[in-house]
Amino acid sequence: MAISNDSVKQEVKAFILKEFLVGADPEELTNDTPLIETGILDSLGMIKLVTFLEERYKVTVEVDAESLANVDAIVEMVEAGS
Amino acid sequence: MLKAWQTLMRLSKWSKPDPDATAEVDISTALHHLLDKSAERAAEHVAVEDTTGVTVSYRELCRQSDTLRDALRYLGVDCGDRVAFYLPKSVDSIISIFGIMKAGAAYVPLDPGAPAARNAYIASNCSVSAVIIDDRFVSEFCDKLGDLVQDIALIVLDETLPAPRVEAALIGMLANVPITATHDPEPEELAYILYTSGSTGKPKGVMISHENACSFVDWCSETFDPHETDRFSSHAPLHFDLSVHDVFVSIKHGATLVLIAEDTGKNPEKLARLIAERKITVWYSTPSILGLLAQFGKLDQHDYSSLRLILFAGEVFPIKHLRETKRMLAAPRYFNLYGPTETNVCTYFEIPAEVSAKRLDPYPIGRPCSHYEALVIDTDGSPVAAGEEGELVMHGPGVTPGYWKLADRTAVAFHHDPSGKVWYKTGDVVLEEQDGNYIYVGRRDRMVKKRGFRIELGEIETCLYQHPDVEEIGVVAVADEQGDLQIWAHISPKVGGRISIIPLKSFCAKRLPAYMIPDRFTFPEKLPRTSTDKVDYQKLMEISV
Repeated sequence: MAISNDSVKQEVKAFILKEFLVGADPEELTNDTPLIETGILDSLGMIKLVTFLEERYKVTVEVDAESLANVDAIVEMVEAGS
Repeated sequence: MLKAWQTLMRLSKWSKPDPDATAEVDISTALHHLLDKSAERAAEHVAVEDTTGVTVSYRELCRQSDTLRDALRYLGVDCGDRVAFYLPKSVDSIISIFGIMKAGAAYVPLDPGAPAARNAYIASNCSVSAVIIDDRFVSEFCDKLGDLVQDIALIVLDETLPAPRVEAALIGMLANVPITATHDPEPEELAYILYTSGSTGKPKGVMISHENACSFVDWCSETFDPHETDRFSSHAPLHFDLSVHDVFVSIKHGATLVLIAEDTGKNPEKLARLIAERKITVWYSTPSILGLLAQFGKLDQHDYSSLRLILFAGEVFPIKHLRETKRMLAAPRYFNLYGPTETNVCTYFEIPAEVSAKRLDPYPIGRPCSHYEALVIDTDGSPVAAGEEGELVMHGPGVTPGYWKLADRTAVAFHHDPSGKVWYKTGDVVLEEQDGNYIYVGRRDRMVKKRGFRIELGEIETCLYQHPDVEEIGVVAVADEQGDLQIWAHISPKVGGRISIIPLKSFCAKRLPAYMIPDRFTFPEKLPRTSTDKVDYQKLMEISV
């Protein structure tokens, strides 16, 4: 099943906002907001996000700072793997 | 002649009768001598290996740390100095640890993942005379140090050098460097300083002497029966006191230390594979990591028959996660080790082979180690009756002499009993069960543990007070429904409304280690106050849901 690029983006953003940015204005999180150096994702956060991506999109994802750098990078990785 | 604490080891109330009591006990006197002794016995044995394939034998580790010793002396390092290393965990870090102590200095491990500003503060706070540093950290670190950098000798490890890099980095200088003798320290000389979160907003340095550390290492020898054939994991970062067990118990017994790089350490699947493939025999980490391994590591795909010992410390292991870990990794013996950095491990408890399905409470922190005596006291300093809650205080050769250049903070950390004996006040509230085991109840102050890391909530508040839009702040920690600790920052902003959360998190990320960045933020107009007009932390905890 092909999932459109936009809907992956929206879902990933929604997950990050719900899990790691409770109370944040959704507009704050853009496609290129850095997720690691801003402290939004810590090591446990990275694992939670990867578990979500693997279950939701049936892809294998590396837990590393580069592939999880921002929403754009995550979507690119999901698309390459699906 | 036996020193007082060695006699104490024999007299401890809880130690089992030793059938071999008259046998010669091999007492360690200095951490770095442990390496030299093993190098005589097991020169060609692999001392340290990392996950990229770099290995070093006992002979080489000894030789290269001797080279660093001589270079440090040549650069002006004196006995009693402090020398830091600012490196990703690697064979070079281990060479640095031993080279620094051989030169007579105390080693100060800097967290390669922490902001450069925090590391620069630590280096200046204990006025290090030299730093062994990876080239990627140099410019920011020097920038944060400012003029102080002129007083510090830097040994820069360039990424293009072949690993291990310490010797290669020194090559240009070595022709001029005279060979010197390894320092033979007095028991009270400092071996290392570990910085932990400080309530006043700055990290504080816990000083540990050779005697402190050696008494712990020797206790590990008597309790865990380490062998040359053992393969020790080194999962904890080197600025965390769990690493003292990994590095020095392994080296003392001529075993192999398997360094786990920061990246792998955080990835449960890679970690699970590594423990099996590298045939780790002794594993030591926080319960959080073991819980993640059981949950996400796919442990059923590997063979763990080499693993004989699992040690955990740093925080309470929720019984549900412990049961799951034991179900997945059934064979090894499990020990719950307890102790703040100031004492290293001071009580311990072996987890029974079967964890009853009915058990809901975490296991006890156990009984005092053989080199410690324990006492539970009330707020007036009087011992409480067994079964009553009180603060756990410890007496023994493992207790820190205090905090680096913080005489006031050091003075209040100790309890003097009427007989003149000095006890370290752990700040942990415990009660003693009928069988002599201690149960952990909670904290006296505002320190919390998140994934094993100590966090003074006051340090987070001090950081956020530097933010221009913050009027007042109250930080509390509350466990969520999964039992994970969440840090809540309740901020009343200067100009009503709210502060954007992402920039606020970034602000913290530049000043605090990742585990200290608040998980949740709220922006009340005013913080709740108690009748005495203090911030009402109890109320703040109630609204943190």
